[in-house]
Amino acid sequence: MKAQSLGEFEELVLLMVAALHDEAYGVSILENLEDKQGKKINISAVHVALKRLEDKGFVKSRFGGITEDRGGRRKKFYVITALGKRMLDSQYDLRTSLYRQIPKISFT
Amino acid sequence: MQPPRRPLAFLRWFCREDYLEEIEGDLTEVFRKNSLTSLRKANWIFALTVLRYFRPEFIKSFRNYGSSNSLPMLKSYFIIAFRNLVKNYGYSFINIAGLASGMAVAILVGLWVYDELSFNRYFRNYNDIAQVSKGFHYQDKYYQGQKYIQYPLIVEMQTTYRENFKHVVPISGPGGFDAILSTEEKKLNKTGMYIGEGGPEMFSFSMVYGNWSALNELNGVMLSASTAKAFFGDTDPLGKPMKINNSTELIVTGVFEDFPKNTALYGLQFFQSWTFYEKDASYITRQGWDNHFLFLYVQIAEKKTMEEAGAAIRKAQMKAIANLDYMKDELQYDYDILLQPMKDWHLYSNYKEGQLMTGPVQLVWFIGAIGVFVLILACINFMNLSTARSEKRAKEVGIRKTIGSVRRQLITQFFSESFLVVILAFICSLLVVYIALPSFNHLSGKEIALPLAQPLFWIAAAAFIFITGFLAGSYPALYLSSFKPVSVLKGTFRAGRLSSLPRQVLVVIQFSVSVILIICTTVIYQQLEFVKDRPVGYDREGLIVIRKRSGEFDAKADVIRAELKKTGAVTHISESGGSLTGTWSHNGGFNWEGKDPSFEASFATLNVSADFGHTVGWQFIEGRDFSDEIASDSAAVILNKAAVDYMNIDKPVGKTIRWTNRAWNVDQDFHVVGVINDMVMNSPFEPVKPAIYLTYGYERVLLLRIAPGVAAADALPKIEEVFMKVIPDIPFDYKFADQEFAAKFANEERIGKLAAVFASLAILISCLGLFGLASYVAEQRTKEIGIRKVLGASVSNLWRMLSQQFIILVIISCCIAVPLAYYILTTWLKNYEYHTELSWWAFAGAAAGAVAITLLTVSFQAVKAAMLNPVRSLRSE
Repeated sequence: MKAQSLGEFEELVLLMVAALHDEAYGVSILENLEDKQGKKINISAVHVALKRLEDKGFVKSRFGGITEDRGGRRKKFYVITALGKRMLDSQYDLRTSLYRQIPKISFT
Repeated sequence: MQPPRRPLAFLRWFCREDYLEEIEGDLTEVFRKNSLTSLRKANWIFALTVLRYFRPEFIKSFRNYGSSNSLPMLKSYFIIAFRNLVKNYGYSFINIAGLASGMAVAILVGLWVYDELSFNRYFRNYNDIAQVSKGFHYQDKYYQGQKYIQYPLIVEMQTTYRENFKHVVPISGPGGFDAILSTEEKKLNKTGMYIGEGGPEMFSFSMVYGNWSALNELNGVMLSASTAKAFFGDTDPLGKPMKINNSTELIVTGVFEDFPKNTALYGLQFFQSWTFYEKDASYITRQGWDNHFLFLYVQIAEKKTMEEAGAAIRKAQMKAIANLDYMKDELQYDYDILLQPMKDWHLYSNYKEGQLMTGPVQLVWFIGAIGVFVLILACINFMNLSTARSEKRAKEVGIRKTIGSVRRQLITQFFSESFLVVILAFICSLLVVYIALPSFNHLSGKEIALPLAQPLFWIAAAAFIFITGFLAGSYPALYLSSFKPVSVLKGTFRAGRLSSLPRQVLVVIQFSVSVILIICTTVIYQQLEFVKDRPVGYDREGLIVIRKRSGEFDAKADVIRAELKKTGAVTHISESGGSLTGTWSHNGGFNWEGKDPSFEASFATLNVSADFGHTVGWQFIEGRDFSDEIASDSAAVILNKAAVDYMNIDKPVGKTIRWTNRAWNVDQDFHVVGVINDMVMNSPFEPVKPAIYLTYGYERVLLLRIAPGVAAADALPKIEEVFMKVIPDIPFDYKFADQEFAAKFANEERIGKLAAVFASLAILISCLGLFGLASYVAEQRTKEIGIRKVLGASVSNLWRMLSQQFIILVIISCCIAVPLAYYILTTWLKNYEYHTELSWWAFAGAAAGAVAITLLTVSFQAVKAAMLNPVRSLRSE
């Protein structure tokens, strides 16, 4: 199996799915990301990322109940899989280990 | 707050179904939030966002879209259709048989019409060939269509006007001449023609041996392939010597394929060169502008159009005769030289008294219309039976609709059913046509073959199937698919009173057409019988006509007479200048006492020998017959009654007529010795032409009267023996006058037979349909009949009840058909000068016949239903 890769935006979305556990669907992910990042994101970008993540097996989805707000359409909830969690872990490890190697240089 | 409609519809159209739910939901949610601040902005964002999804990952696969399951569905339709056919085999038979016979008629008629319209198309230069004809003005009327032209005109065309034409091809009269061709071993009677230089190229002869310049050789002769085969077998005949009429030596220089029947040159078996004709019969080159006896064909030069060439030669004759003394009387006619293009030769060249007759074209359209009508009748059957059976299919429609069929699918289903039937019917009809074609050819006097190898035929067939299938299937498809499933399945579906109205209208149309056809056929036959019974003025039974083909007939005339008399089979022998069944020469130049000087009288003239009257048995009104004993009879004439009326004289016997005619080399007085009853010599449908019989001139025909009491079959061998003995070099060739006379009815008889066939097919198809309808109605009312029987209705009551509605329909059709037929027939009969009157009983008979046939058809079903035991019909349910 070829090594899975994770783009920057995908990683953010995956993190958000993990963080919102069980409450993660398109709009909630979008809003939280916009909050945290403080800039506008288009919903289509979120959807593209989610589809890719699902293809790669990092998230799985289920349909929720109908809400008035959505014109009778059901929400699609995403949860992180074990594989996704491992991916996040390895990314996190990679980054921390690299981070630690930074010499203590003062930038002041 | 709703998201904008159009972007949403677009999204729904292109987006993958499994993603749509989520995307649409999320988009809507975002839209709602955005719309709180600004609706316009929210709309914009929504639309732009939708566009962002328009990328491969989100677009659904459009491959096989919508047709993913249509092929199996179509297959299932055909299976269902087939099962339905097998289940109701009775109806299927009626449907397919009716449709197949309708289609067979349509195919035959189509082939016939195609054959008529493609006349002469065999010639490659079809569009550039024209015949030179003449037109003239006389008493404020314009006469055209004179196809015989003069020798000097040919010379003019070949010299002065040559630049307009690629070829100028004179021929020696249409239909050619009969001659005896012979080799050392064989002698055969063949039909041939003198044809001008360039003729073979112009008419694009397809050569088997030799080439188009074969007739450049003065003594050359071109043979048709069949003639060459008859003489020389399969060997190459080029260069072989032949003799014509036992004297002239010829050499075979070419062999061409026989011309097909629908060409102007059909039946010609050999060609000789025109130059040879001019040398051999040099008197033709000395004929002036007043002798019309030749045909001239031209091919327009490549750089010219038909119109340009026509304009150039229009006044050719007037220019040429302007200064000729002997033609100065003719200048008043202001002759035009006209070009008749080849496409008009067949259907637009029948002139009567200088006016174009539209009969031939009308016949083509008439027959074509009948074909279309018969096909429509068959389609109506199909429609009627399908809709009548719709109530049986109604439940199926209801269930299909409930399961989820949309109307379009049902329409497809019923169309596929009708196409199945049409295709089956087409296969049957092809078979029928294949079998019937020889007898159809015999009937119509054509040589049509099924053009199975031509792609065009199959394209036409496909179009034909499509049109018929569409025509026949449209009504059931549209009607059946409109049922409401709820009412159908609940059982409250009632077709309603009006639902049978279209069916009734169709039955009325069917029977109107059938009745019209029956009436037309009857009247055509009446007209034929009427004309056949016309008194012909002579006795045509046992009269043999022999053309004198060589000088030997005259040289040995006395021997022939003596020998023939000796056999005892022949009582009278005489001679005449032309056939009995057609006047060959018409002449002017007659003057008599009391004649209006401006009256340009023209008579049919026939020169006869003194014994002619005894031989043919003409009937005298007054005066006496010619006699050998009276010397002055060389200047005697006999008139027919029509001539006396035409001349408007009393007591014609003893009067003097002066005849001045350059072509006959005559300028002398004749005295009338007798008047005979009109002899029908030309078309029996027309009035008899004024005729003058005289003993002056050259006789070309020998007439023999078979002795009374001797059968023609016994007499013929004896007569033949005499001729073979006296003139052994010339094959014995004879014609019976009564057969020749009968041939004049060929055209009308043909139309009559065709109309009879079509009419009986039309009535057969209509009856098939009616039979199906009646059986359906009877079946539908089984329970009602059962109850009525229980309550005491008799069989005859029930029979009347079931037959009544159909009889009413047929009576309505008769009311429509009679005036229409009356109109058509009065128009048709006007074409004939000598015609029968329309008799009321032809109409009444046809109407009564239609009612009787209907009654017969319907009664079978009605009585069957009425006889049914009510216990059985009521027990079920």
